[in-house]
Amino acid sequence: MVTYVFLAAAALAIIFSILAIAHRSPIINVLSLVVVFFALAAIYAVLGMDFLAAIQLIVYAGAVLVLFLFVIMLLNIRSVDRLGSGRRLQAMLGTAVSIAIGAAIVVAIATLTPAAGAVAPGSTHGTAFPIGRSLMTTHLLPFELVSLLLVAALVGALVLARKENQ
Amino acid sequence: MSTIPISPTWILYLSAILFVIGAVGVLLRRNGISIFLALELMLNAANLAFASFAFRFAGTSLTAGHALDGQIFIFFIIAVAAAEAAVGLALFIAMYRRKETIDVDRFNILRW
Repeated sequence: MVTYVFLAAAALAIIFSILAIAHRSPIINVLSLVVVFFALAAIYAVLGMDFLAAIQLIVYAGAVLVLFLFVIMLLNIRSVDRLGSGRRLQAMLGTAVSIAIGAAIVVAIATLTPAAGAVAPGSTHGTAFPIGRSLMTTHLLPFELVSLLLVAALVGALVLARKENQ
Repeated sequence: MSTIPISPTWILYLSAILFVIGAVGVLLRRNGISIFLALELMLNAANLAFASFAFRFAGTSLTAGHALDGQIFIFFIIAVAAAEAAVGLALFIAMYRRKETIDVDRFNILRW
């Protein structure tokens, strides 16, 4: 059962990520990416990482992609260039580099010794309680720094997007 | 001890596939927003790799006392990606104001 959920989510993620980068309508790109992020959230949930599944949906599908939609509608972008329609050199080099990256990753994965996962079904290691406690004790400093980063990004975004000469 | 019957290697391969699809998008597209979307996909592929290793090593002797670190890492990546998306999209709005386009080939004043 769990395996089927994983395989279905993986298939969805692959199909819709191709749609997300290849389709010419930016709205369809973003909505496909929403499906990909839902599939990834399903995979996190299947692995027992409940908290991550929740913030994946809330932060990515809920906040980041809505921001993308806002900007696309604000700038009124109706269609984007076809994949690889730029300079020939860019298309060729880009394809070659992507294939090289993919080959390098696959070789690296193939050298790993195969092992089963170490998480038992029904484990609570990924719920909000242990992660929240870890964030408030062991990882308190990076947690506070990230809140500082978010404030800085908020102010920076406001300054950048503001109209000039006002 | 029985574990969830998913191989961490499958998750790694899925992450590799998504990463390469994202890389194709970043390298072959010229529209700024499309590049940015593909970048988000690559970040998520990296997150999936972290999840795979967190799943593989959680609770083993190798990660004693650090069983949650993989998930904490994903948490921080998501937070940084949210900040990056806000700043990046604000940059595209500023760029659009200046040139009425977000084609990255048109933003070459720093070239050479």
